[in-house]
Amino acid sequence: MRALVIDDSRAMRRIVSRILAEIGYETAEAADGRQALDLLEAGERFDLACIDWNMPVMNGLELVVAVRARREWRDLTMMMVTTESEHGQIVRALAAGAHEYLIKPFTPDAIRDKLELLGLVPQEEMA
Amino acid sequence: MTLAADTFSFVADLVRQRSAIQLESGKEYLVESRLLPLARDAKLPSVDAYVRGLRSVPRQHELERVVEALTTNETSWFRDVTPFRALTDHVVPELLASRPGTSSLRVWSAACSTGQEAYTIGMSLLESAPKLRVHITATDLSQEVLVKGRSGRYSQLEVNRGLPAPMLVKHFTRVGTDWEISQRLRSMVTFSKHNLMHAPPAGGPFDVVFLRNVLIYFDLATKRDVLRRAQSVVRPGGFLLLGAAETTIGIDDGWERIPVGRSSVYRLNARRAA
Repeated sequence: MRALVIDDSRAMRRIVSRILAEIGYETAEAADGRQALDLLEAGERFDLACIDWNMPVMNGLELVVAVRARREWRDLTMMMVTTESEHGQIVRALAAGAHEYLIKPFTPDAIRDKLELLGLVPQEEMA
Repeated sequence: MTLAADTFSFVADLVRQRSAIQLESGKEYLVESRLLPLARDAKLPSVDAYVRGLRSVPRQHELERVVEALTTNETSWFRDVTPFRALTDHVVPELLASRPGTSSLRVWSAACSTGQEAYTIGMSLLESAPKLRVHITATDLSQEVLVKGRSGRYSQLEVNRGLPAPMLVKHFTRVGTDWEISQRLRSMVTFSKHNLMHAPPAGGPFDVVFLRNVLIYFDLATKRDVLRRAQSVVRPGGFLLLGAAETTIGIDDGWERIPVGRSSVYRLNARRAA
């Protein structure tokens, strides 16, 4: 399974990528929403996108809206991974089309728990 | 730091006597890590020093803290996911079909820790069977976790663990940096102290018992006792949900395994039902 990790912090991208790799994902990284869209436009396919909210160029919410607008990307599961923790922000992200929402800071187990909910833990890992 | 052998055996005996949980050798790290905060509270330099003090002057309150520290488990919302799907998609529809006119359901969440399982059962049933009157009895050995469960208040890190975001925004409100579960859900759950070695708790008879990831800590005879006591509080045709690595098979033949995906679902054997 493939995941795209979108965050303007290189350190955070590494942390999330490493956790996903341990769960069994092949990962790619993007530093903002525009870079992520470029990868998708170029035909790259992912099962999961972990999306930070506050990024330059194109923020995470704008990216969610842009992805939702395209039928061919409807199978992409989007999980916000952000420090934004207000009730209203979570509602906005879900209304825009995000499937899940994880608030920073988090433990590696929290990512796994969310993927289990989404049915996105690779099968060999479930055994 | 290595734990002294007599420290470990004293703690293992104490925990076994008071909770029936077996701390086998190799669990020294667990004793060390769980008791270190208590040693620090007592301003002692090590777990060995703390336990030596406890052995020479065994104060009840302190002994209880040791047992609580070693029997409290980390917990998450929708833990393992599948048992809650089994509850809403199979167990409840089957109970309702076998008892036409049923309008209420009683559930026991045994060894409930800080309440995530009990509230997850509540949230699941509010979504899947909103007209059903549900009462959940949540029990644990530890007073400390019951106080926390009753408060319905969880930290950011705790709500991150397995709680679906749509459920978070639907059933919780932000209180400072914590999240508090709705009054409606809190009113569905009664928390009470209970030891699985003793007679079953008040609140029964139950239609469904969640007894997950508990039997794994017990020896065979204790597992049998716990399952027999559970039988006595389950209504005829009622269900038992165990942890994925647990079974009644070969331990207590009062239960029939019901194949529901990867879940460990059992129904009180019809021959046993009163």
